[in-house]
Amino acid sequence: MNRQTVAVVDYGMGNLRSVAQAVIHAATAVDHVDVVVTSSPQVVRDAHRVVLPGQGAMPDCMAELARSGLQEAVLDAAARKPLFGVCVGMQMLLEHSEEGDTPGLGLIPGEVVRFRLEGRTQPDGSRYKVPQMGWNRVFHDLGRGPAHPMWQGIADGSYFYFVHSFYARPAQAAHSVGETEYGIRFACAVARDNLFATQFHPEKSADQGLALYRNFLHWNP
Amino acid sequence: MLAKRIIPCLDVTGGRVVKGVNFVELRDAGDPVEIAARYNEQGADELTFLDITATSDGRDLILPIIEAVASQVFIPLTVGGGVRTVEDVRRLLNAGADKVSFNSAAIANPQVIRDASAKYGSQCIVVAIDAKRRAPEDEQRPAADGRPVGPGWDVYSHGGRKNVGLDAVAWARQMAEHGAGEILLTSMDRDGTKSGFDLALTRAVSEAIDIPVIASGGVGSLDHLADGVQQGGADAVLAASIFHYGEYTIAQAKRRMAERGIAVRL
Repeated sequence: MNRQTVAVVDYGMGNLRSVAQAVIHAATAVDHVDVVVTSSPQVVRDAHRVVLPGQGAMPDCMAELARSGLQEAVLDAAARKPLFGVCVGMQMLLEHSEEGDTPGLGLIPGEVVRFRLEGRTQPDGSRYKVPQMGWNRVFHDLGRGPAHPMWQGIADGSYFYFVHSFYARPAQAAHSVGETEYGIRFACAVARDNLFATQFHPEKSADQGLALYRNFLHWNP
Repeated sequence: MLAKRIIPCLDVTGGRVVKGVNFVELRDAGDPVEIAARYNEQGADELTFLDITATSDGRDLILPIIEAVASQVFIPLTVGGGVRTVEDVRRLLNAGADKVSFNSAAIANPQVIRDASAKYGSQCIVVAIDAKRRAPEDEQRPAADGRPVGPGWDVYSHGGRKNVGLDAVAWARQMAEHGAGEILLTSMDRDGTKSGFDLALTRAVSEAIDIPVIASGGVGSLDHLADGVQQGGADAVLAASIFHYGEYTIAQAKRRMAERGIAVRL
């Protein structure tokens, strides 16, 4: 099999090291994959697969993506090859975020909104905190046919690590491929064609997270 | 339902994990990467590294440790001890830390919490508070509104040596307003006693703020961990000695919490 390259997009915003380490770890079982952390639009264009991380505030992430000259390369990748968005890298795929009234890349119809949980209590009586910080269960059996192929080998209801105050609200139910309960039931994984993205951090989600990155290396949408 | 977290804490000095007895007698507990991998294997939800040397020498020593752990262990890593500046945050995040914990520096300069959270996001800025029940003679001290502060807990800095004259609940609230994403709350009265968390302190802080609270100090049994969540209202519980000394595994702690009806990641 030909070697293939996975580009982790470095536009100055995100836990790139963690993401790259996890993808490299996942790739150790796949001997034909090179993982590169890159700020070069050309390397992103030439890569076979692209990971788009993001951490911090969405307005800063969008601004840095544009300023770095990588936005066109990311849009080009999103049009034709497997792309995995993580955290704000997921939020940017939507049309708009409430955070700083920021336009997104518009690749998935819908918006990003803030949790409104002030004063509400969880089923065990404790208060909801924002950000949601910690491990929560992800459900991918949504009663709409088979689960997305990226979930292969990952049990429905597995725990993943979240840190976020905003969440995606895709306009079309079909684009929500994983859901989590936190005050409301929200889309923690979205997908369309060759795009797959998660609000949670697979690189901080132990074995289940590594399994997700491993699936990405084999995914042929 | 968000799971309650169990966080083992590793004290690191000279490139090794040490076990302290009353903060003075330090005994070598082993290699940080091996210990981190063991806790990861047992199902720890996060790891906290405390640089107890806390000098610039210590900082330079802990960076390669964080790098080595981050390349092997895929759960969140928090680093604290001697963190002073936004530049310290940058260096630690670049080494592979996911969160950075401030303590004395936030007291000396609260603005650093605003600056660090504006630059890197609240999600990675933790404020550690060392709190001790206020002595009766200090209850007459005027609070911000001029009235006596009354009973409660005071904040201590410099590794618990200096009472800075701040109320712990008010300080936690102020730090949350400054952009802290999480509070690591240690009871100095209980630390090392194995008599359980200071549940009144934990509850007072947890009810005062909308960001997560990690309870610390005093864990001697698995039921103490569950008490911290159920009676203290903590979002996460931190312990060191019960895990380091091999009394209990993380998995045993999680099973006990689950038996008590607490949502945990098993």
